[in-house]
Amino acid sequence: MKQSIFEIRSNVKLTDTAYKMVLAGDTSAITASGQFVNIKLEGLFLRRPISICDYDDETFTIIYKVVGKGTEAMAEMTPGTKLDILTGLGNGYDLSLVGEKTVLMGGGIGVPPMYNLAKKLIAAGKKIQVILGFNTASEVFYEEEFKALGCSVTVTTVDGSYGVKGFITTPLEQMDYDYFCTCGPEPMLKAVYKATKTSGQMSFEERMGCGFGACMGCSCKTITGYKRICKEGPVMKKEEILWEN
Amino acid sequence: MGKLTVNLCGIELDNPVIPASGTFGYGYEFAELYDINELGTFSFKGTTKDPRFGNPTPRIAECYSGMINAVGLQNPGVEKVIAEELPRLKKCFHKPVMANVSGFSVEDYAYTCEKLDKEEQVGWIEVNVSCPNVHGGGMSFGTDPAAAAEVTRAVKAVTTKPVIIKLSPNVTDIVAIAKACEEAGADGISLINTMLGMRINLRTRKPVIANTMGGFSGPAIFPVAVRMVYQVANAVNIPVVGIGGVSTAEDVIEMMLAGATAVEVGAANLVNPYVCRDIVRQLPAAMEKYGIENLRDIIGGAR
Repeated sequence: MKQSIFEIRSNVKLTDTAYKMVLAGDTSAITASGQFVNIKLEGLFLRRPISICDYDDETFTIIYKVVGKGTEAMAEMTPGTKLDILTGLGNGYDLSLVGEKTVLMGGGIGVPPMYNLAKKLIAAGKKIQVILGFNTASEVFYEEEFKALGCSVTVTTVDGSYGVKGFITTPLEQMDYDYFCTCGPEPMLKAVYKATKTSGQMSFEERMGCGFGACMGCSCKTITGYKRICKEGPVMKKEEILWEN
Repeated sequence: MGKLTVNLCGIELDNPVIPASGTFGYGYEFAELYDINELGTFSFKGTTKDPRFGNPTPRIAECYSGMINAVGLQNPGVEKVIAEELPRLKKCFHKPVMANVSGFSVEDYAYTCEKLDKEEQVGWIEVNVSCPNVHGGGMSFGTDPAAAAEVTRAVKAVTTKPVIIKLSPNVTDIVAIAKACEEAGADGISLINTMLGMRINLRTRKPVIANTMGGFSGPAIFPVAVRMVYQVANAVNIPVVGIGGVSTAEDVIEMMLAGATAVEVGAANLVNPYVCRDIVRQLPAAMEKYGIENLRDIIGGAR
């Protein structure tokens, strides 16, 4: 973990509610796809945890959905604004476990972490398929960006207004895969858990206090004991997940 | 003795800055960031007789200048704390540490304190009396002078180290409770624990916290904490540890002027993991600004 100041390079609207922000600064603490950052915003007490979509030696990219005061304030920010950010939080996806034919599934604002993961897996010579799930056509983002990486991309919408009508698990039945990685809202993760027949890794979300393991605000029960979503997670192996309800 | 040195119940602290229980784990997450030996001491995660997962999530809510938590004393239980956490803590922290203890019956408190009292590195035992008494209709030990005194007596009977009773602010007369603990043999009083609070999500029209209510902390409660520290320090003859919304070196000075011998920092650690180190480093400049030569000289200076 590292605390440092980042400068906003760009902050653009992708859909009615999703924004993409690129920040420049010391990215050395970011070591894996699926990690997150925790952003201090003026006038708000707790930092706001957001998954990393992509990163390089000088910048990282986040895609966030405007859902409350923090993200509303972020949507108004202009390039040049400086932000105090904790980077390198969470475990991220373990690439050593991924198979030869991995399917990546991102649902809604769970899509962003799949992007850097796709990039890394392609660079490692793995064959990947991507499913991006949204509620409706107006929410769809990043289809072209995934295609530009050379992935085969299937988009699903719940109302059928774009791509395949149905849930993220709908196209899965027709797919040949030996491993999966996913990120999305909990009901989607549960559906993926049931629908998949292989091992995989799933990234969870929870309200956090600190984001670095100090407060126990985001604990969950797993087959291998209590874990903190922010520290031992947010990525869990399918085999260790314990659904409580 | 350095100019930041204070004496808390017979043990010298290099400085009065103490991360509060529940915001600093068992120290090692922070030891990855800086040398935590720069701190006076720290109060480790609230420990109970049996392991506890705590409350369902969400456990955290944002507030103006603060937060609400309803973690529910998640901890591995005293046996595991001694077997696993304390050896790890010892590697990164070389000073006496404050053991924070919670319980749900008088026997629970005595059991856990007796075990921790035998641990060499434990300097003080801080007893959190804000928990519900399962044999007393669920009412918190800390809201009744007699119950708080009973816990104090039971703990004092089985321990040798200084016992500091950590009080809840959710009471009508905190002075009466502090005095009852002093009479029962407490070596010190720490206050305040979190204030009972609640937030509601306007979209779902449901409480934000799964447990409905939780403990409100952060800079918003600082004035309440200063007031209660002032009242209690005026009424007892044992050291008082000031807690509640402290986030700067100036806040530490204000708490000490109110009567605190040492000061705990809680919620601020969760926002700025370096805050306690920063406060220690900023204290000399703040003291100079306000004409303070030795920090220990200002304790209760506002009286």
